[in-house]
Amino acid sequence: MSRNLILGGLLTSVFVVTALLSFVWTPDSVEAMNIANRLKPPSADNLLGTDHFGRDILSMLMVGARTSIAVALVAVGIGMGLGVPLGLAAAARRGGMLDEIIMRMNDLIFAFPSLVIAILITAVFGPSATNAIIAIGIFNIPVFARITRGAALSLWKREFIMAAQVAGKTRTRISVEHILPNVANLLIVQGTIQFSLGILAEAGLSYVGLGAQPPIPSWGRMLADAQTMVSLAPHVALIPGLTIVAMVLGLNLLGDGLRDALDPRLKVVRA
Amino acid sequence: MLGYIVKRLISLAISLIVASVVIFVVVEVAPGDPASFMLGINAQPDTVAALRTELGLDQSKFDRYLSWVGGMLTGDFGTSYTYRTPVAQMIADRMWVSLPLALFALTLSTLIAFPAGIFAAARRGGAGDLAVTGATQLGVAIPNFWFAMMLVLIFAIQLRWFSAGGFPGWEKGFWGGMKALTLPAIALALPQAAILTRVMRSSLLDILGEDFMRTARAKGLSARQALWRHGLRNALIPVLTIIGLQFAFLLAGAIIIEQVFFLPGLGRLIFQAITQRDLIVVESVVMLLVFAVIMVNFLVDLAYAAVDPRLRTRV
Repeated sequence: MSRNLILGGLLTSVFVVTALLSFVWTPDSVEAMNIANRLKPPSADNLLGTDHFGRDILSMLMVGARTSIAVALVAVGIGMGLGVPLGLAAAARRGGMLDEIIMRMNDLIFAFPSLVIAILITAVFGPSATNAIIAIGIFNIPVFARITRGAALSLWKREFIMAAQVAGKTRTRISVEHILPNVANLLIVQGTIQFSLGILAEAGLSYVGLGAQPPIPSWGRMLADAQTMVSLAPHVALIPGLTIVAMVLGLNLLGDGLRDALDPRLKVVRA
Repeated sequence: MLGYIVKRLISLAISLIVASVVIFVVVEVAPGDPASFMLGINAQPDTVAALRTELGLDQSKFDRYLSWVGGMLTGDFGTSYTYRTPVAQMIADRMWVSLPLALFALTLSTLIAFPAGIFAAARRGGAGDLAVTGATQLGVAIPNFWFAMMLVLIFAIQLRWFSAGGFPGWEKGFWGGMKALTLPAIALALPQAAILTRVMRSSLLDILGEDFMRTARAKGLSARQALWRHGLRNALIPVLTIIGLQFAFLLAGAIIIEQVFFLPGLGRLIFQAITQRDLIVVESVVMLLVFAVIMVNFLVDLAYAAVDPRLRTRV
C-alpha cells in the first residue's frame, strides 16, 4: 500500500469516526452557552478552547463534521445516482439523440460556475443543509456523467462487449452487467475527489450563511462567527480552518492512493 | 473553418438561450413578491398593485422574459427594484472592483504556477518535485476564504501592512486601490495556482515523453534547452485552456472573498440583491457571469481550431 493511501485513509477515518462518535458522546454540550468562559484558548478543560458563546470548540467540530460529511456524501450520491446512468445511456448509443442532449446539458451545467448555482438555489429556496446538498449535488451530475461516458465509450470497442452483443444481450443489459463493473474503480476514485470538493463547497456555503442554519454546528459558520473575533482569539479561526484542511487533504490523498492502487491510468477530473 | 465557426456560433446561441431560460425560471419561482417586499407589510393592496404595474410585474411571465432578454441584447439590464437605478450602471460600478480583482488573481496564479510547474517537471521524482507536489496538495485543500482570514490576521492585524477590508475607490489613486486588492487577490489566487501548477507539471511531463523531444535531444540539445525550446510551447495548450476557465471561475469565486474583505464588487451586489428580493439584479448578474464563462470557452475553442485544424471536426 502506498503512503498516500495509508495517510489519506487514516485521516479520513479519524474524521468519520469522530463524526459518528459525536452521536453518542461529545466532551461538552454544543448547545449550552457559558459566556463567562468565552474565547478561552486551548486548555485541559477545553482541549481546543472555547468560542464566543463559551462553547467547547472540539465538541462543535465533532458535531460539525457530521454536517459536512452528510452534505458532501449525499451530494456525491446525487451526482453518481443520476450522472452514472446518464453517462452509461449516452455511451450505449454514441452520437445518438440522447447522447447529444445529455452532453449539451452537461456543457450547460459546466457553464454555471458551481458557486453561482449554489448561491442561486440556496438564495431562492432559502438557506438550509438540504438546499446546500442539492446545489452541490447538481454540479456533481455532469462530472460523473462525463467520466462514465468517456470510460464506457472505450469499453464498447472491446472484444468482450462485442461478444456480449453477439450473444444477444441488449444495450441496457450490457451497460449494467459489463460496463458498470468495469468503470467502478474510476467511480470510486472520482467519488472521493468529489467528496472532498463537497466538503470545501459546504464550508464555503455555510461561511456565507447559505448552508446549515443555527443551532446546527457547521465548520463554515464557525469560521464566519470567528471572523470578528480573530484579533481577540486567533484560535477560534485557526482551529476550524485547519480541521477543514486536514479533512480535505485526507480525502485527496485517499483518492490519489486509491487511484494508484486500483489503476494508475484512470482518467479523473479535477475541477 | 467557416463551417466550424457557424456550427459553434449556433451552439453558443443555444447555450445562452437555455441558460437565460433556466435563470429566469429559477428566480421566478422564488417565493416572495418584490413589490410587497419593497412596500412592507402595512402597504395598501392598491399601492402594491400600482407598484407591480410600474415594475412590470403584472405582465405575463413570457412577456417579462422577452423584455428581459431583449433589454440585455441592447445593453439595458432593467431597473433595480430597490434602488430605482439602471442595473447596467450598478453592474458597471461593481465591475471595476471584481474585474481587476479577478485579473490580479489570475496574474498572480500564473506567475506562481509557471515557474513552479516547470521546476517540478524538470526535476521529476526528485526532492524539488516532491516539495512542489506536496505544496499543491495543500493548496487545493485550503478553503480560500479561511486563507483570506489568516492573511488578514497576519498582514492586517499583526503587521498592519494592509487594511483588513474595504475599498477606497480608484479615484483615490491607482496604488491605493491595488493595495486594497492585494490580500484578496492572493487569497483567491492560491488554490488556482495549485491547480494550474499541477496542470503545467503533468502537461510538461506528457510532452517530455514525445518523440520530437527525443529527436531534440538526439540532435544535441541539452535536456534544459529541449525543454525551453520545444517542450514548453507544446505543453502550453492544456495550460491555456485551464487559464481561460479559471478566469471565469475567479470572477465567480470572488463572490465569497469579497464577503471576507467587504469589497463592493459583484459578489456583494448579488448578496444584497438576494436579501432585498431585487430579482432583476440577481438575474442579470448571474446571467452576466454565465455569459462570461460561455464566451471564454467559445473563444478558447475558436483559438484552438484556428491553430490546430484537427480540432475543427470535433464540435
